[in-house]
Amino acid sequence: MDLVLPRIDWAPLAAMLPVAFGGLAALVGDLFLPAGRKRFIPALGLASLALSILVSIGLWGTVRFSVNDAVVLDRFALFSYLVFALVSILSILLSMDYLDASAPDQGEYYSLVLFSTLGMMLMAAGGDLIVIFLGLEMLSLALYTLCGFRKAELRSNEAALKYLLLGAFASSFFLYGIALIYGATGTTVLRRIVAFLADGRPPSTLLLVGTGLLLVGFGFKVASVPFHMWTPDVYEGAPTSVTAFMIAGTKAAAFAALVRVFLMALPTLQVQWSAPIWVLAVLTMTLGNLVALVQNNIKRMLAYSSIAHAGYLLVALVAGGSPGATSILFYLVAYALMNLGAFAVIIALQARGQELLSVADYAGLGFRRPVLSACMALFMFSLAGLPPTAGFMGKLFIFSAAVEGHYHELAVIGVLNSVVSVYFYLRPVVVMYMNEPAIERPLVPSSAAAIWAVALSALGTLQFGLFPGRLLDLARQSVAALGG
Amino acid sequence: MSQAAGPILSTLIALPLLGAMLLVLVDGAREGLIKRIALAVSCLGFLLSLIVYGRFDPTVAGMQFVERVPWISSIGSSYVLGVDGISLPLLLLTTFLSPVAILASFSGIPRRLKGFMICMLLLEGGMIGVFLALDLLLFYVFWEGTLIPMYFLIGIWGGPRRIYATLKFVLFTMAGSVLMLLAMIALAVLHRSTTGRLSFDLLELIGAAIPFGLQVWLFAAFALAFAIKVPMLPFHTWLPDAHVEAPTAGSVLLAGVLLKMGTYGFLRFALPLFPAAAAAFSPLISVLAVIGILYGALVSLAQDDLKRLVAYSSVSHLGFVMLGIFAMNLQAVEGSILQMVNHGLSTGALFLLVGMIYERRHTRIIGEFGGLSRVMPRFALCFLVVAMSSIGLPGLNGFVGEFLILAGTFRVHRGFAILATVGIVLAAVYMLWMWQRVMWGESRRSQNLDLHDLRPREIAMLVPTILLILWIGLFPNHLLRKMDASVTHLLGGVRGATSEVRGVK
Repeated sequence: MDLVLPRIDWAPLAAMLPVAFGGLAALVGDLFLPAGRKRFIPALGLASLALSILVSIGLWGTVRFSVNDAVVLDRFALFSYLVFALVSILSILLSMDYLDASAPDQGEYYSLVLFSTLGMMLMAAGGDLIVIFLGLEMLSLALYTLCGFRKAELRSNEAALKYLLLGAFASSFFLYGIALIYGATGTTVLRRIVAFLADGRPPSTLLLVGTGLLLVGFGFKVASVPFHMWTPDVYEGAPTSVTAFMIAGTKAAAFAALVRVFLMALPTLQVQWSAPIWVLAVLTMTLGNLVALVQNNIKRMLAYSSIAHAGYLLVALVAGGSPGATSILFYLVAYALMNLGAFAVIIALQARGQELLSVADYAGLGFRRPVLSACMALFMFSLAGLPPTAGFMGKLFIFSAAVEGHYHELAVIGVLNSVVSVYFYLRPVVVMYMNEPAIERPLVPSSAAAIWAVALSALGTLQFGLFPGRLLDLARQSVAALGG
Repeated sequence: MSQAAGPILSTLIALPLLGAMLLVLVDGAREGLIKRIALAVSCLGFLLSLIVYGRFDPTVAGMQFVERVPWISSIGSSYVLGVDGISLPLLLLTTFLSPVAILASFSGIPRRLKGFMICMLLLEGGMIGVFLALDLLLFYVFWEGTLIPMYFLIGIWGGPRRIYATLKFVLFTMAGSVLMLLAMIALAVLHRSTTGRLSFDLLELIGAAIPFGLQVWLFAAFALAFAIKVPMLPFHTWLPDAHVEAPTAGSVLLAGVLLKMGTYGFLRFALPLFPAAAAAFSPLISVLAVIGILYGALVSLAQDDLKRLVAYSSVSHLGFVMLGIFAMNLQAVEGSILQMVNHGLSTGALFLLVGMIYERRHTRIIGEFGGLSRVMPRFALCFLVVAMSSIGLPGLNGFVGEFLILAGTFRVHRGFAILATVGIVLAAVYMLWMWQRVMWGESRRSQNLDLHDLRPREIAMLVPTILLILWIGLFPNHLLRKMDASVTHLLGGVRGATSEVRGVK
């Protein structure tokens, strides 16, 4: 028997290669680098991501399919790559001094970060449900390990185990969904599914159930209610640098894949899937915001806030079409900047391994660490959706998409939710600027790398808040294929 | 010729913002320098706005000094600024009160003066932006942008319940304005469905044909945001808390300018964009305004805290402004605009005076004072003039505004005008009674006997304000003539559209 190998066009894979090689090199390099030179590894990671960005920019505008349509190169994939690279670069920067500088296992850490980035890229580029699944697994497996990276800490172990068990559960839903869709359409390739659905027949029950199971799988990954139970515990227990990476990265990758599958491949079923997602969006926003109101641990607060933001993104998904997808892409950038920025501040403020995790720990920092606190306030205002920040523009575009799609009730529920969220996002600001500290902590110098991450995020948050036009246009071009 | 003036309006907005950035670079310990920079920047802004006033052409109904630069072009939002007879008085009010408030903060801010002055300048830039923006999104950005500095001003430099007050202020305002944002989006989308072009340009959206049923919803969303800001009954509960907790300068700008953003919003956006709905809502809003006038006055009567009294009197005074706006005739609307300025001056000055007395005695309870006119004669005189202006004594500014409002309202809602007049009587009662209890009689506390009379810096804040109060009171036409063309134009548009829609119905 002859095994026919597909012809591989390397262009669609070009942006992934630097990341893949970077991940491998980090592992190997760790073996040969002497203990004092470990700083080289994150630098290598940053370099490989920078290279990947350059390749993505170089390929901008090209549309190609590779490996039997299983991997797609289009502007949407490239835009997503840029978001993932941004997330990874910021995450690496804020990890550099957070990890114990003398830790023996740095190579592992950075290669896992790079491999999960690769998984994200595969998810966004997936032209075949199986490839999306592979990307999802590559991302998840690396993250399970990263969550448990502090081997000696119980909470870190708990987080890893919880995430692994529930993640496995989600994966099986996802896989079963793929199987049913294959049963209904005879293919897992998105292009062929589109062609199959193009004849306007009413969709079979099998297809609808399969789609529903896919949605459950995605629901776990984006932390949508009622599949969000793992989120607060995992985000709280994981090392802070990993939480930051997950909170921005997983969400970005899962939403890129959601857009790929639901908006690009299954728009004909929008009548069927928009109603359940409508309900999920409302539940997710409302529960996330309400529970965040009573959190005292800042990581937990940001975990619930990330649930709420998943809800806003689901609003954009329901709105659908080009406006919805455009606003998702814009929002993912804003979301990554403001969340990673906030985590970078948390890490920059930590004192000798002692993290400031309770909101009350921030008392009085407003005038003792003026620049970092001002940036933290900026990120909180952005998360709350106050102008002139990227978070405001992101919400503006999402709710515009909802209004354009005639989902007025959803838009109203969304904006009212963001009013509720103002209360808890302002709490750290209140505490920093308006409360006096219970005990005076000594000021310690902050990690230079984390400060770079704060500065980059703050600049981005302001830049896209004041002049969102160019990014918006890029996002719009990226989903131009959707029309409408 | 106004068009050749260069980007003077942008300069007005940018000046305080640049001043704030400059302050960031100054060492926080050099308080003298910080004070001088902040004052100089805000005075420069006032001079610049005087140039705008001087070059303003009162015969032109439309916008002047217009600047237009594409901003977020793919959703049709531009950076558009302009000034007309409606925004000009408020622009001047803002640039006048800001240096006064900054001067008032030369004392009484015991710590973190640098941060305070930065917030003041950011707030000034935001407020000017609100009055000049002619693009809906740009307006919204400035509108919300004023929240952040005010939030810090109350929250950091406020009284004991400052955190409660500042969060309440932010949440109330946000709750109203997010729905307005949605209404803006809906309006733009609707406009696109008829013209094929997405735009947030106010001048382009005015006159868009919106079915009455939809107008009602959109108007309601805008009106809610503005009514909370004014504040109209029953959305006023944030106001006394915010005022009582805010530092003096915060109260001055809050009452003097921020509340006017609400009434200005009605005139600039809600009325011209949704004329038919505005006409339909007019009875309801007028009733609420009259209730506000009477309720605010009655509650003021019962206050024992000076600052709370002034705060509630604002509810009453702003009721007059709202009543005038929704009478929708030239007299009443011009009276309302004038009254916005008047209230800014007189209530601003009242807060300054209350602040001065608080700095000396660390209390604002009326019962603690008495007999101050003998100890502080100059203070008592200034207080009297300002209180009279607030009551509406002929010859002072308040009289002109209230008279125009009542005369204009009388032509359309006779009963409301009569009820509102009762409010003026009540105002006289609570103001004079308060003045009498504080200034006359026997001093109830020995500390009151050695209070220092006005210092030169305090005179420098009060005298210009009182001169303006007199100037407007004696020569109101100077300001009113600048409004004529724009207000006539506004009302013409509103009336035309209203009758058109009525005809269709």
